[in-house]
Amino acid sequence: MVEIEIDGKTLQVAEGSTIIEAAHQLGTYIPHFCYHKKLSIAANCRMCLVQVEKAPKPMPACATPVANGMKVFTHSDLAVKAQKAVMEFLLINHPLDCPICDQGGECQLQDLAVGYGESASKYEEEKRVVPDKDLGPLVSTDMTRCINCTRCIRFTAEIAGFMELGQSYRGERAEVMPFIGKTVDTELSGNIIDLCPVGALTSKPFRFSARTWELSRRKSVSPHDGLGSNLIVQTKHDKVMRVLPLENEDINECWLTDKERFSYQGLNSPERLTKPMVKQGGEWKEVDWSVALDYAAHALRDVAKTHGGAAIGGLLSPHATLEEMYLAQKLMRGLGSENIDFRLRQSDFSADGKRKGTPWLGMKIDDISRLDRVLVVGSFLRKDHPLIAQRLRQSAKKGAQISVLHSADDDLLIKLQARAIAAPSQLPAQLAEIVKAVAELKGVAADAALANVGAGDTAKKIAASLVSGSNAAVLLGNFAQQHPQAATLSALAQQLAGLLGGKSGFLGEAANSVGGYVAKAVPSGAGLSAAAMLKDPRQAYVVVGAEAELDCADGAQALAALRKAAVTVVLSSFKSQAMLDYAAVLLPVSPFSETSGTFVNTEGRVQSFYAAAKPLGETRPAWKVLRVLGNLLELNGFDFNSSEDVRAEVLGGQPEFVAGLDNGSDGVKLNLASSAGGIERVADVPIHFADPLVRRSLPLQHAADSATPAARLNAEMLAKLGVAAGDKLKVGAGDTVILAAQLEAGLPDGVVRVAAAHAATLALGPMSGVLSVEKA
Amino acid sequence: MALIDTINPLLTTGWSKGDDGWSLKDYEARGGYKQLRRVLESKMTQDDLIAEVKKSVLRGRGGAGFPTGLKWSFMPKAAPEKYVVCNTDEGEPGTFKDRDLLRFDPHSTIEGMIIAGYAVGAKLGYNYIHGEIFEIYQRFEAALDQARAAGYLGNNILGSDFSFDLFAHHGWGAYICGEETGLLESIEGKKGQPRYKPPFPANFGLYGKPTTINNTETFAAIPFILGMGGEAYLNLGKPNNGGTKLFSISGHVNRPGNYEVPMGTPFAKLLEMAGGMRGGRKLKAVIPGGSSAPVLPADVIMDCTMDYDSIAKAGSMLGSGAVIVMDETVCMVKALERLAYFYFEESCGQCTPCREGSGWLYRVVHRIEHGEGRPEDLDLLNRVTDNMMGKTICALADAAAFPVRSFIKHFQSEFEYHINNKKCLVDPDVQRAGSGFFKAGAA
Repeated sequence: MVEIEIDGKTLQVAEGSTIIEAAHQLGTYIPHFCYHKKLSIAANCRMCLVQVEKAPKPMPACATPVANGMKVFTHSDLAVKAQKAVMEFLLINHPLDCPICDQGGECQLQDLAVGYGESASKYEEEKRVVPDKDLGPLVSTDMTRCINCTRCIRFTAEIAGFMELGQSYRGERAEVMPFIGKTVDTELSGNIIDLCPVGALTSKPFRFSARTWELSRRKSVSPHDGLGSNLIVQTKHDKVMRVLPLENEDINECWLTDKERFSYQGLNSPERLTKPMVKQGGEWKEVDWSVALDYAAHALRDVAKTHGGAAIGGLLSPHATLEEMYLAQKLMRGLGSENIDFRLRQSDFSADGKRKGTPWLGMKIDDISRLDRVLVVGSFLRKDHPLIAQRLRQSAKKGAQISVLHSADDDLLIKLQARAIAAPSQLPAQLAEIVKAVAELKGVAADAALANVGAGDTAKKIAASLVSGSNAAVLLGNFAQQHPQAATLSALAQQLAGLLGGKSGFLGEAANSVGGYVAKAVPSGAGLSAAAMLKDPRQAYVVVGAEAELDCADGAQALAALRKAAVTVVLSSFKSQAMLDYAAVLLPVSPFSETSGTFVNTEGRVQSFYAAAKPLGETRPAWKVLRVLGNLLELNGFDFNSSEDVRAEVLGGQPEFVAGLDNGSDGVKLNLASSAGGIERVADVPIHFADPLVRRSLPLQHAADSATPAARLNAEMLAKLGVAAGDKLKVGAGDTVILAAQLEAGLPDGVVRVAAAHAATLALGPMSGVLSVEKA
Repeated sequence: MALIDTINPLLTTGWSKGDDGWSLKDYEARGGYKQLRRVLESKMTQDDLIAEVKKSVLRGRGGAGFPTGLKWSFMPKAAPEKYVVCNTDEGEPGTFKDRDLLRFDPHSTIEGMIIAGYAVGAKLGYNYIHGEIFEIYQRFEAALDQARAAGYLGNNILGSDFSFDLFAHHGWGAYICGEETGLLESIEGKKGQPRYKPPFPANFGLYGKPTTINNTETFAAIPFILGMGGEAYLNLGKPNNGGTKLFSISGHVNRPGNYEVPMGTPFAKLLEMAGGMRGGRKLKAVIPGGSSAPVLPADVIMDCTMDYDSIAKAGSMLGSGAVIVMDETVCMVKALERLAYFYFEESCGQCTPCREGSGWLYRVVHRIEHGEGRPEDLDLLNRVTDNMMGKTICALADAAAFPVRSFIKHFQSEFEYHINNKKCLVDPDVQRAGSGFFKAGAA
């Protein structure tokens, strides 16, 4: 620690801090533009010039390290004169078009100009005009307003991992621009809107739709991936106009993924279901809530009476709130059915009944940043968990060694130590090799089941990296959790973590991947899992928040089962053609923005939120709908007056973290079989197709990440099939679809990568297994 | 002829044969690489070597005049990877000494760099050569080939355990790449933009490793310093201003060119060596150290001696030794307009005051020159320069400001005449005559 003095106040600060950090500690604000705590220091805007005793010139507070005994003056004549000088320079070429600028009212330049600018400019020459750039469907540009602080450039290079923006030309003609003919396509691109201190980069979807001071603000929680990013939802006249990050250093830091930022556009989709509907004689009719609820209650009771409760299946979206899940499982169990599940894309349920607790991340999200050795197994990390990828990217820069075991070689924009890329059926065997190699290095015996496993070079390299650290973890991604041998992968990861004295965990796929277990929205006893109740069709289904055909591991099978059912009651915020086809009753329920509720994120953190807007039309919060259904069915324990009451019953209060988190299991039999034979499917769930809300956000659907699925193959596979990229391929086992062939160099042999969760690939059935591929 | 006149030639001893004297055998015949051999064979310690350079009071010839020995002593001894970088990005208007050094005697720079590598413990060097003197870059590459073939570069130089290699790297002509950290960025393949200091290159230089950067002329002087001894070299000049210095004299003299003279030589003597004023006209002003140095009026410069201290005392800078001589036919407003345009064009665009201020300065001076000046413009120019100076990462903002301030300070009446009369104090015909390109009276 060193002692310094700022404006006469003494304080102790850590050695190596900068003046601006020290001032922050003291609560002293130093004006700045280019400085951002999460980005490297540029010291180019010069707004933060302050006076330092004995320094002949004003010093940039953002870049000047503190020294013992240093005396800093942030408001002295010298400092203020320098700051005002810089402000004058910043404004001479700035268009000062605040009245028509989207940033107006939340503009750092506007705010600081009030304090440091003159009322009129001495600059009477012609002003600079800078051509606008096309950065894609999410970020709008007015480059004439740019003050060249380079925050956006540094963000793409340092946080998003690839320098998609740069500064071309020099001097007064300097311009921030993307590569020629390219846009900004990272899954984190929207953050440059927040970072831009002026109105050069603004939100394209939000543009010209509201002024910041007209908006109401509500804290909320992201309903998408398992991270549970904290949001500020901004509304005007009960319509969500914009979503911004709410800074939470433990979770999303100050970032949001584009999915989280722009999915709100789906809230106002024309496909919103706003009135209860009932199908009568093949015709859909909009009806009153009482009619629809009566209809649903009667239909379910009839099926239960005639065929028994087990004839009903309950499918819950993992994006549903804790309260919704809890009431839904209570309803199902009240009807005498144990068939309830939220793990819609999972295909291996053999660990059920053997778990020691609720599967979770295995650590705090923030702990990820402190890991020094990481093995990521089966994860499309950058697209499935962009902000966890971002954390690992930063760790890797500080020396953490990250290795990957996966069936695709997507560029994670992270410096990797080693990677093992193998066909899906090989993953358990590959992970077993790593376990074996680590055991050998540690000089301890491996599981007897691994007796015949011999570690190859890649496994040894990964093992050597893992044992060389002091804080290791094995993280299982969505692909590993959806894998047909998921239980084996999980058990091996546990063994590996045990050998390393580290941790193992699941990267939660959805907002409530942990909450679903907590809410008991999983089958018990003879109950059927999501996959089982679709494979063995039920007489009736209750679907909450999901589009089963797109959200289940085998969409084709789900569609067939729901169509065949006598009654399907769907609680949804949206309607789709498929839904109108298979459902008997459609109950319009609130999306996350219009209901109160709770998500338990992947680290087990309980995050409750209130509605940000009134429900649209006759939409009602799902917890209320389920409560009334329970009442109508005369079930016990449905007398809740608020979602908080429901939460209290589930959690027994409002803990910060849920109890009973444990990734361990007893008696999972390792299944290292790897004979697949044929071309194996690798199915990713594209980032903007993962849930019903994001699928309806038009700006996101126009983003680069929303391309139509193709059949991706490596060069050898293309050659073997005698096709070139762009050729049409007939893909499929039973029902076939025609997809364009696409070259993806990093894919292993014997693999075709075809995205799931998309209408174009629905007919292909299960996300895993073998597909025939031939030239169309 | 390469060399016109000199007093006490060191650096220019090899220039007399023009383009025929640059090769290795010529250099060796002049005693070249003897000092390198002596250093290696006597196993001179790094400390002794640096002490010798300190004794010479050799000051950086690129412009800042920082003591070279002191700079070398800043290099951390323990660092495993270090670099020596030579700055031949001679972009300062008026300066053309380094290109002649490399053209006529490239091996003195090479020898100097190898010895510097030995002194600071670097195994690798780069010479960054201005992109607009491509033939010099080619000449230097040829010289490197010769040195490498003769065993002066590479592993175990002259059978010693010292290994050092050297590469040439040419820029593309950006002025800012002559700023040492901008130069390092450029070598690294990035946009030439200066870095914030600290950390200085001696701690965080090329590729983040400790790096010593010196000007070409500085390196070239090293073998001569070791040859005659630091003290003798110092005594050639005057205290605190050791040795000889190359001056690039341009403008309205009879014999523009490079002149090597001892530090402390009177300006009058230098002017005489350059053949005096062209056409016998009256001296009006001199920029003594490259375009960014403040201009000095005739009466002031005529009393100066050519060394760091004397010129600084007169209110300017010796800089790189580029002496721009202007006679009475020069319109100072027009001259400033041209200089202001240069800095506007060459600002890298990184720091706000320079990016925005350099264009502002140019536009106002341009207006004045074109008869659109306003009475308040001179105050405005002074205020803008005041707001630019000392507020940026590198010194380019200061470089842009100095000419403006000094031209206005010393020639205010000329600016005022322009503003009040919408025309130039110096008759256009006189200007044309003085330029040498037009005959007097021809419109």
